Amino acid sequence: MSAEPDHAELVDELLAGKHRALARTITKIENRAPGYRNLVSQLHQHTGNAEVIGITGSPGAGKSTLVDKMANYYRERGETVGVIAVDPSSPFTGGAVLGDRIRMASNVGDMEVFFRSMSARGTLGGLSTATTDAVKALDAFGKDKIIIETVGAGQNEIDIVKSADTVAVLVPPGSGDDVQMLKAGILEIGDVFVVNKADLKGADRTVQELREMVHMQEDNTANLATGHHGAGAIPDDENDDSDADAEVDEPESWEPAIVETIAKDGEGVEELIETLTAHHDYLETSGLLEDKERMRYAEEIRNLLRDDVGNLLEAEIERRGGMDELVAGVVARETDPYTVADDIIDPIEDCMDQLGDRDE
Amino acid sequence: MSADSEQQSIRCLVAKVGLDGHDRGAHVIARAFRDAGFEVIYSGLHNAPDEIVQAAVQEDVNVLGISILSGAHNTLVPKIIDGLKEYDAFEDTLVLVGGVVPDDDKAELKEMGVAEVFGPGTPMEETIEFVRENAPER
Repeated sequence: MSAEPDHAELVDELLAGKHRALARTITKIENRAPGYRNLVSQLHQHTGNAEVIGITGSPGAGKSTLVDKMANYYRERGETVGVIAVDPSSPFTGGAVLGDRIRMASNVGDMEVFFRSMSARGTLGGLSTATTDAVKALDAFGKDKIIIETVGAGQNEIDIVKSADTVAVLVPPGSGDDVQMLKAGILEIGDVFVVNKADLKGADRTVQELREMVHMQEDNTANLATGHHGAGAIPDDENDDSDADAEVDEPESWEPAIVETIAKDGEGVEELIETLTAHHDYLETSGLLEDKERMRYAEEIRNLLRDDVGNLLEAEIERRGGMDELVAGVVARETDPYTVADDIIDPIEDCMDQLGDRDE
Repeated sequence: MSADSEQQSIRCLVAKVGLDGHDRGAHVIARAFRDAGFEVIYSGLHNAPDEIVQAAVQEDVNVLGISILSGAHNTLVPKIIDGLKEYDAFEDTLVLVGGVVPDDDKAELKEMGVAEVFGPGTPMEETIEFVRENAPER
């Protein structure tokens, strides 16, 4: 639409490396400001170069402290870092205190670490829908590594797999008995498990329990992984820059790694980062990275369409006198929810059918 | 095309700058802002001016609330304002100061670009109202 700003200037400034423009872009994304979709569209062609790492785990697991140390480590290697830290928002007022920035002590004054706090703004799953778009902004800006730190929500916080290449799950020592390890959810999504605060009592047991859990998972998938050297031997069509011949005996399935850290002292951070890098290499050589990307975009397109169709339906509901009107009929037993839904969707379906006929 | 509902939210950075270690007031204001529906980023204690600037720029806050009780406002606040200008962030950031500030200094701070100074005993509603009315749009 011509009424919407196209943000060309903002995009130019962002691509030119202006921090202010990057910050403002993320704000527009968060606010769903007019024209924000166009803005993200323009960024898309400049993305695809960053490695995206998700850090999740229960509240108090030490995510922020670990992220700080990781960012610092990457910086010492000369890489630039973007961090998005999501914190919960109040279900009553929408307000939020975003407190993770406090723990970024190692990177204070270093503008090459772009740290951005985001409020979950009411989304379930602990990951704001805007987070993925904000990652794109950081990617287009040229950050080498992007770390997403989720809300410390809990057991079902699995949205992060949709946004990150590699997911690290922080498991503090003594976090429940071995039944917790059997449960579905967050423990299924970890590519790397980090037993942080490894100096605390119970850390050994937690590591042991995770190890058992990982091995059970491995047995589960053992049937799926066929042939030991087969998959690696198939030449990938577009493996351009990665020297595939250097690592021929790459394992074709990834066994989730378990790393012990003491984030506050920076202990184990190096090993963690090596493990994360190993996972990323695995994703690249196995072709899974590309698969993930495809899945991610498919999901994104579906989400956008769901939003758009939802909006179309809202407009249609308004045209028919609004939701209150429709509900009144249902309450009075004159009609029922299924019939109302059919009434609204039928004409749209007809339209689609007609379009389909025309195309054929 | 789309009719995504806009979700403007007032973002505030509550910052403790300098050496004073009294952050009760900053905590209280952070909580009050949260309850008013703002998104509050709390900086923690003992921040240097350039840390505050970095945070304000990266977080793209509409409002920067600086809490100072040490009396060092005359040296610290100008540094923050200069930093914001350096990143083109001064124009659309509402800069507030909270704490113990003598009247003479108050006038000087305002001349510098601080929108308002809230002394001890200011009712919370007054500060919140001021933010609601004056926070620059994003």
